[in-house]
Amino acid sequence: MASGRSDATTDADALLAQLRAFEGRPSGPPAEARDEVNQAMIRHWVDAMGDDNPVYVDEESARANGFPGVVAPPTMLQAWIMRGYLSQPDGAWKAQRDASGEASAQEQLFDALNAAGFTSVVATNCDQEYVRPIVLGDRLTVTSVIDSVSPEKHTGLGDGHFVTTRLEFTDQHGERVATMRFRILRFRPQSSRPKDVALRPRPAITHDIAFFFEGARNGTLLIQRCAQCGVLRHPPRPACASCGSFEWDTVTASGRGTVYSFVVVHHPQVAAFDYPLPIAVVELEEGTRLVGDLIGIDPADVEIGMPVVAEMVAVDDELTIPMFRPAVPVGAGRVGAVTGDA
Amino acid sequence: MSPVRAETLRFEEISVGDTLPELAIPLTRTLIVATAIASRDYQDVHHDPGLAVERGSPDIFMNILTTNGFVGRFVTDWAGPGALIESVSIRLGAPNYPGDTMTLTGTVTTTELPAQRHDGRGVVEVTLRGANSRGDHVTGTVRLSVPSDGAGTS
Repeated sequence: MASGRSDATTDADALLAQLRAFEGRPSGPPAEARDEVNQAMIRHWVDAMGDDNPVYVDEESARANGFPGVVAPPTMLQAWIMRGYLSQPDGAWKAQRDASGEASAQEQLFDALNAAGFTSVVATNCDQEYVRPIVLGDRLTVTSVIDSVSPEKHTGLGDGHFVTTRLEFTDQHGERVATMRFRILRFRPQSSRPKDVALRPRPAITHDIAFFFEGARNGTLLIQRCAQCGVLRHPPRPACASCGSFEWDTVTASGRGTVYSFVVVHHPQVAAFDYPLPIAVVELEEGTRLVGDLIGIDPADVEIGMPVVAEMVAVDDELTIPMFRPAVPVGAGRVGAVTGDA
Repeated sequence: MSPVRAETLRFEEISVGDTLPELAIPLTRTLIVATAIASRDYQDVHHDPGLAVERGSPDIFMNILTTNGFVGRFVTDWAGPGALIESVSIRLGAPNYPGDTMTLTGTVTTTELPAQRHDGRGVVEVTLRGANSRGDHVTGTVRLSVPSDGAGTS
């Protein structure tokens, strides 16, 4: 596993170097707004936002309030250069751009992030600074630069990279009217996290307990038995607590038992596990007790004394361990997996 | 809906610590789609529930341009039509999903009559948050200028 982890680190370093190379590059060619700042689009915006400020729709009111004429809502800034439906995968603008064969730096950056599994996107920060009010008839052009790409960060949504873009808005005279910084997180959705990113901690398998994990790998739950007096014991150990004998063999447990005690772990969370995580001390019908994950049950439904059955679960390529399922369906129809296995 | 104030607040009427009237926005599915389209944002996560789920979200959610729009409205509803928003800086947190309500609250954190300004306006900074049932959807600051009695207009 050590070598796997260092390979992953090297891959992350190589990716970061690749991503960092985009810093300072224009995201794409300057984009001119398709339309002048116009009343129809403003009305559409203020209607949806429920904004009844008269300076956005009424010339007289705008002048009375010190503006040269009807102004656009300042925070509408970005809407003027949005491509709308044309930016969709089947949109005309995309088709035209594809035909040109030129991928912009931003597209190349996002392709690299997609290829590395960071397929989801969420906006996290936006700063806008306005130089002057934008009025009817203005024609905006935007120039954008990839400002920075962060190293991989762990976030509540998943692991990902923050990408900050700086956009300069100019008017029909080439004068700057606004600046905007826009930060997004490109992340790997947690549900698609590759299984090998985080492995369960390895048990320390000694000579005395190797048989137990060997048995699990073969699909059996084994219990150590004293060869001298026949008393069963778990966890495995060299000598019998009853007679002191070092001679032992094993019996195969039926796998049936009851929940003797349990906890539901919420915190701290370790990457390889799903939470909330119910863990039980199970008393087997043979009399010994062992600890195992409870599966196929809502943690809220776990009860002391409930019957469970063992199931050998291969948690990864190297490790198989016993876990326990409710012996009878709980909340029938609610936990599909249990019903299906019963 | 709180209507915009008719007479713009003057700089002298504003003090640090003043609270803005709360603005509660019921987040209907139609509102989230209508505002996305009004901002010309056709990203599927703002209108297509199936694709939103595929991308790891429980439902469609409000786009950032709209959050900016409501932040702007919240401040000018309070300050009036003659207020001029000079900058907006926001940070996004819990998404705005359909069925929830976002409530915007804010306070005045600084007031300043810059000597170098010759337009007779004072600058006010509002620190605000918009919270839904999951936590803070947005936190940030808005700087705006309003007319002042004291500043030189020469």
